[in-house]
Amino acid sequence: MSATLPPGSVTPSPAGPETGQTGQPGESLLRGAFRRLRRSPLAVAGAVIVLVFVAVAVFAPALAPYEPAGTESAGDVTPSSVPGPSDDHPLGLDSYGSDMLTQLLFGARQSLIVGVVSTLLGLSVGALLGGLAGGLGGKVDTFLMRVVDVLLSIPSLLLAVSIAAVLGQSQTSVMIAIGVAQVPIFARLLRGSMLAQSRSDYVLAASALGLRRRRIIMGHVLPNSLGPTIVQATLNLATAIIEVAALSFLGLGDSDPAVAEWGRMLVAAQERFATDARLAIFPGVAIAVTALGFTLFGEALREALDPRQRR
Amino acid sequence: MLRFVLRRLLLMVPVLFGLSVLLFAWVRALPGDPARALLGERATPEGIESITRLYGFDKPLLEQYWIYLQQLVTFDFGSSVRDGRPVTDTFLEQFPATMELTAAAMLFAIVLGIPLGYISARRRGGAVDSAVIGGSLLGVVIPVFFLALLLKLVFAIELGWFPTTGRQDARVDATHITNFYVLDGLLTREWDSSWDAIVHLVLPGIALGTIPLAIIVRITRASVAEVIHEDYVRTADAKGLAPQTIRNRHVLRNAMLPVLTTIGLLLGLLLSGAVLTETVFAFSGIGSYLFDAISQRDYPVLQGYILFIALIYSLINLLVDIGYGVIDPRVRVS
Amino acid sequence: MRLPTTRACCVLTVGALALGLTACADSERSDEPSSGQASGGTFVFAGAEEPVTLDPFYASDGESFRVARQMFEGLVGTKPGTADPAPLLATDWTTNEDSTSTTFTLQEGVKFHDGTDFNAEAVCANFERWYNTPPGIAQSEALTYYWQSLFGGFAEGENTDSLYESCETNGEFEVTINLTRPFVGFVPALSLPAFAMQSPTALDKYAVPAGKNPTQGPYATKYPTGTGPFKLDTWEQGTEVRLARNDDYWGEPALVDEAVVVAIADPTARADALRSGDVDGFDLVGPADVDPLAEEGFTIVDRAAFNILYLGMNQNTEPLDDPLVREAIAHAIDKEEVVSASLPEGTVPATQFMPDLVNGYSPDVETYDYDPQLAEEMLAEAGQSDLTLEFNYPTEISRPYMPSPGDTFNVIRSQLEAVGITVKPTADQWEDYLGKIQGTDKHGIHLLGWTGDYNDPDNFVGVFFGRESSEWGYDNPKLFDALAEGRTLTSLEEQDAYYQGVNEQIMEFLPGVPLASPVPSLAFSEEVTGYVSSPVQDEVWSTVSVG
Repeated sequence: MSATLPPGSVTPSPAGPETGQTGQPGESLLRGAFRRLRRSPLAVAGAVIVLVFVAVAVFAPALAPYEPAGTESAGDVTPSSVPGPSDDHPLGLDSYGSDMLTQLLFGARQSLIVGVVSTLLGLSVGALLGGLAGGLGGKVDTFLMRVVDVLLSIPSLLLAVSIAAVLGQSQTSVMIAIGVAQVPIFARLLRGSMLAQSRSDYVLAASALGLRRRRIIMGHVLPNSLGPTIVQATLNLATAIIEVAALSFLGLGDSDPAVAEWGRMLVAAQERFATDARLAIFPGVAIAVTALGFTLFGEALREALDPRQRR
Repeated sequence: MLRFVLRRLLLMVPVLFGLSVLLFAWVRALPGDPARALLGERATPEGIESITRLYGFDKPLLEQYWIYLQQLVTFDFGSSVRDGRPVTDTFLEQFPATMELTAAAMLFAIVLGIPLGYISARRRGGAVDSAVIGGSLLGVVIPVFFLALLLKLVFAIELGWFPTTGRQDARVDATHITNFYVLDGLLTREWDSSWDAIVHLVLPGIALGTIPLAIIVRITRASVAEVIHEDYVRTADAKGLAPQTIRNRHVLRNAMLPVLTTIGLLLGLLLSGAVLTETVFAFSGIGSYLFDAISQRDYPVLQGYILFIALIYSLINLLVDIGYGVIDPRVRVS
Repeated sequence: MRLPTTRACCVLTVGALALGLTACADSERSDEPSSGQASGGTFVFAGAEEPVTLDPFYASDGESFRVARQMFEGLVGTKPGTADPAPLLATDWTTNEDSTSTTFTLQEGVKFHDGTDFNAEAVCANFERWYNTPPGIAQSEALTYYWQSLFGGFAEGENTDSLYESCETNGEFEVTINLTRPFVGFVPALSLPAFAMQSPTALDKYAVPAGKNPTQGPYATKYPTGTGPFKLDTWEQGTEVRLARNDDYWGEPALVDEAVVVAIADPTARADALRSGDVDGFDLVGPADVDPLAEEGFTIVDRAAFNILYLGMNQNTEPLDDPLVREAIAHAIDKEEVVSASLPEGTVPATQFMPDLVNGYSPDVETYDYDPQLAEEMLAEAGQSDLTLEFNYPTEISRPYMPSPGDTFNVIRSQLEAVGITVKPTADQWEDYLGKIQGTDKHGIHLLGWTGDYNDPDNFVGVFFGRESSEWGYDNPKLFDALAEGRTLTSLEEQDAYYQGVNEQIMEFLPGVPLASPVPSLAFSEEVTGYVSSPVQDEVWSTVSVG
């Protein structure tokens, strides 16, 4: 289930083709956006979180004291207790005997990879579908959008479970599953954007001038859709991080239970919550804060790019 | 309007038909088979073979599909391989549970979300605004199963205000007519039973409702903020109307339109998103049954349930679109 | 724990009543069941899944049996805390010399819930009903698993080779069952709920037409009729089973008025339900919950282990077909650590493929002690110092013999890596896992196990090793023959001696490494007393009282 708003919902719009962002591409919009972003405390907080997250994810091998998913201490764990913080392990061990700090740091890397790959997947397929729908219009449009609707109505968890059943339990099937769930969102977004812009003045002008359709799309429509797409991608990254956790809860994900992945860690820690709440709190907070950061940043970005803002 | 509705209804038929074909193929593309799932560790090759033959899963695909089509036309969706119960029976039985849960979640989201969104919009950019946005997002970014654990820990175990599992207290033998437990209590005048059902809906409703809450808060906020700056609001203000009147008669009413659409869309999403919540709270609804059916390769249940869900989702979409047309005259013209 | 509403007064009244009644019953709670007042009240119990059917002949899942145990009784029960047969509806029995015929003396004065008399005629009606199961869906292994695995075929149908020959009555309270060939395990097997006595009148009245699925017929869902201390009140499928005390029970009546069984799939949710008072007790406590619950004041009841957890090795995958490699793996595993890191307290490491409660357990099997150095040497000798093994395990499942597969996998994996083996983990969801392990030969080493149904060694090692299978991937005719012959033995003593030899043979062959027999536990609120656990889950709630 997605935590993002259906596109076009920030600004009220009538039923039918969703209005995308209208506005001239140009420096003034970007500069104005930057200005507004800097002023909003939530946006700044979001940006900081995102930067920290990316930095940790990239530099994890340098920052972490141990190798990830190291299970030399697997025997030190018992069903009712897990070694806590000590000199060797500043945050203690996790439920599978690996160093908690290392797992958290490398978990950021996993989340970044999964988030980016699945979002790119959803984006590319979705943009293709949406672009075709918006560009060709008519029956193709109706058909594709009904398909998208139906895709949305199938519980994304079911989709994920069956993809995992076919592809086997692995990080890859999780990424594909989440990516597939994002396709409808991007499809709708791109379609709306294309439809809205195909009516805008500059496009009419361009086609009156005799510019080929392809050039109009590539040169004008797509760049205009960039803004909202980036926003949506940022928001979807947040969702992806949470959905990985949900899929781990349902038993999917990498075959190695000790793999450094926040969702996995959280799920394994739930059983031990009564004795070692620490095990769940660390990955839980990591997931929540990171997702929050991306969401805040994405939302702020969206509002900043919206030329209808009046402050 | 009528033509619009009819056209949409007709459109649903080929879509659902296409979906049924897809489901048939998808279900058989899943590796593993229901016979083995049924027998579990006690599976022997003979046992698997006999069950496969019994249910006709060994027949050629086309023949299986033909039988499936014939059954579809007579609305016969078969019986679960695992427990032998007719698929339509179990769906109708469990649907009220999921419906109640969804309603509880939406109620929580709306009752809390709209006022919060309004306040947030009025105090745009301030501390209250940030607090509301940040707070509502917290519910979203904490994974549902973890949030459920925390809710249970604090409100059910430590404080003891609410139960942790099920739809009703097992010690009470309540009469169930419609399977909407809250309604049943009212119908049979067992008020305690209704109250008990409501109490059991609180925590799961909150857990499921945090995401719609966040969405509704932000949509209301954006919509109200948009409307407040419209000319007609300024005119009303200039005319000297009281703030409450402006709020109620002009701002809210016009701002509600996108909120209502979103609510409609959310209902559909919630229906599918209830799986996790139902599992954690042992709420016997569609979501958990369907999830079990996947692991057990229970073909009839999978084919039937997903089709039903898609149908309901399409109907909700249709209702939302109709509602939109009713409320906003501009839409009808286009 | 209850909300302060109008319900409070109702709760208080019931509570007061219960308290009053327990005051009477309390003083008489001693070793012998007394004729004291019933404590009253409702006992709410949470299992892990919904029961499939309430007609135990057509069931094979633990939850259906759990409910069946309260309503039905067989000719034979079990001695408390063991898997050995004890009198129940039959007070005594004698078996002839070659174990082909047993004569039972029946308990007198017993009636089924519908008033029908229990007598020799009823016994034969039951056996004949089973034997004459109509062909079609009723004869599929999913429905009549236990009859088929023990007795074989039916009167009509695909398989007519049956262990059952006939049933003769001799007066009202004596009955003889004749078998077509010797079967030492016959009497212990009758303690299974599948072979419980059901009312012939009710069975006739609510007979299901041949060809229809009997697990969902009116008898199985509304009118199951046995002789037990509880009878069915209602079964709201998908939600709960409500049982009411049978006031006309022939033995000591149950202490509570009502018992309700609900299903909560997630072990943590079960524990939470106990903590918040939603349930009075539950089964299959997650290993991480045992200590915390005990500390919080809840009662933990252990079941004597009647199961086995093992590390299977697929000899179809090289180099697992090399006995040296298998031995090396056995020496690399520190069973004590596996137990302490992933299994409940009280679990004892295993030396063979059955727990010590089972007939035929041998104290003299070859044990492969933990010796990582030896393991490394053996691997080098076999030319496998750089061994990479696929290690399969299931997710999203918790079995009584394997409560946390992920944790067990993790510990063993680290032990194997410590001797230089590279482990490639492959996880699958439970049903896919079984399909892969038991249906294909594309797997390496894996975790699996088994919970025994009754005291018969064939029920363990016969099931695992009796024939060629994709799970183990070997062809060992000597072993197959040995196990086949084991089924023809005619006395328990003979069986014991024989199977000891078989176990020794198996452990020399070392198709896998037996790990442990985990101790499953149940948890109850402190107001619950009188729950008696049984290794084969013969747990009748008539002695339970709440508050």
